[in-house]
Amino acid sequence: MPLLLAVLMASPLSQAEDLVAVAIVDGGIPAPLTSVPGSPDRGRLIVRDISKASCLICHAMPIPEEPDHGQIGPPLEGIGSAYSVPELRLRLVDPKAINPETLMPSYYRIEGLTGVLARYAGTPIYTAQEIEDVVAYLATLKAD
Amino acid sequence: MRFLVLLVGVVSAGLAASAFSRAQEADPTPTPRSGYEFMAPQTQALQDDDFVNPAFFSVEAGERLWSTPMGSEGLSCASCHEAAETSMAGVAARYPQYDPDVGGLVNLEGRINQMLTKEMGAEALAYESEALLGLTTYVALQSRGMPMAVDIEGPARPYFEAGRDYFFTRRGQLDLSCSQCHDGLAGQKLRGDTISQGQINGFPIYRLLWNSTASRHRMFAWCNTSLRAEPEAAGSETYLALELYLAWRGGGLPMESPAVRR
Ligand code: HEC
Ligand code: HEC
Ligand code: HEC
Repeated sequence: MPLLLAVLMASPLSQAEDLVAVAIVDGGIPAPLTSVPGSPDRGRLIVRDISKASCLICHAMPIPEEPDHGQIGPPLEGIGSAYSVPELRLRLVDPKAINPETLMPSYYRIEGLTGVLARYAGTPIYTAQEIEDVVAYLATLKAD
Repeated sequence: MRFLVLLVGVVSAGLAASAFSRAQEADPTPTPRSGYEFMAPQTQALQDDDFVNPAFFSVEAGERLWSTPMGSEGLSCASCHEAAETSMAGVAARYPQYDPDVGGLVNLEGRINQMLTKEMGAEALAYESEALLGLTTYVALQSRGMPMAVDIEGPARPYFEAGRDYFFTRRGQLDLSCSQCHDGLAGQKLRGDTISQGQINGFPIYRLLWNSTASRHRMFAWCNTSLRAEPEAAGSETYLALELYLAWRGGGLPMESPAVRR
């Protein structure tokens, strides 16, 4: 069973069909990737998870209990006021659609990658539900 | 062999497409600065004092091996090279280099293994074995303070180009190139780490994170894996080419081996 799974995951084609298709409209992705509404609490846990390419590698976030926030991308405090939910979703799913040169990884894209470690090949960094949870969390980061 | 085909492919494609445009691009390669400059003062202090630098355990192991007969010929390194302080001065700073007998690049580890297998009737030592790290560190120490200067012309040229291509190619699930971090972000914080230029003048290094002495190729593999990219094998032709590019990129930096890094 694990072997079969590994074989299936090794084939990008079959995996690609498992990714939810996303449509970019007016600089955002208006349609949620899942039918389950995102949970901001889960999102806040996911963005800290070092096993999931934590945003904290690059961004400062209003998560004071975590040490050593990165300084590579802009701080995300207030980001929920700067962008709409569809805009946040696109910035997470595929920031390269906005700026092909950006350092920020696409969290829900599998094409166009080179030499991906076998155990991650054919899978996006986040699942569709994790995208929704993190988007929901980012939307709560309002400027005051 | 397969690599060579690949290499030629990469090089000719590179010439046709990218070398031309790259020449017009601004070269992002910064003025070389050693990783030492990016370390915390406590880490620098460990490197500054040979008596507390933990890599000196490797140096001592290498020094002992230098005069220990190994292999069926009953020879030690010292039988042919006598005092390493004189015979090995400046040698590490010139590696990797093209070796016509091998028909490819040889780095310091590879040259030492050649000595064992060809001159001494001994088995090659495994990459990252204490013995090979010891000999490599001991030989590299004899170049301390001397500027890195590798030859990238003639037959070394295609390897240099392949190494440069590798450095500028985004890879892994995080889709980042070596250059994006080590040219673009040097000096900035990636969480707790200050990113350096990824120079190799300090290797073999003692890496505190690993509690051990480590080769250049082990570090390449670590960065690859951090990007969730498939690492290459230590000693592989791809990593030798990358090593040659990096040695050129840090040209003029004084050799620091054995450096201490986070
Ligand atoms: C490897 C570095 C890196 C990682 C990891 C990363 N980002 Fe980014 N991010 C950037 C950079 C750099 C930018 C600046 C935009 C650009 O380069 O075009 C950015 C921009 C953004 C923006 C838009 C900010 C603005 O002011 O326009 C958002 C929102 C964002 N990131 C959220 C996230 C979230 C959420 C995560 C984790 C799920 C994350 N980032 C992970 C590097 C990163
Ligand atoms: C996401 C950022 C990132 C990328 C991309 C990256 N590295 Fe690194 N690299 C680091 C960090 C962090 C360290 C440890 C701190 C330091 O010395 O910069 C490091 C250290 C190094 C060092 C040791 C420097 C020293 O002075 O001891 C070398 C050599 C190196 N990297 C080479 C590479 C190569 C080759 C690649 C591409 C395969 C690469 N790096 C890709 C972040 C990165
Ligand atoms: C039987 C003689 C012999 C023995 C034993 C021997 N070498 Fe050598 N070594 C040579 C010769 C000959 C060369 C090539 C000529 C030269 O570059 O000096 C060489 C070259 C080298 C070089 C490259 C020098 C350069 O300038 O590029 C290194 C490094 C080296 N040897 C290290 C070692 C080490 C370490 C040992 C022991 C493990 C060892 N050698 C044992 C004969 C020997």
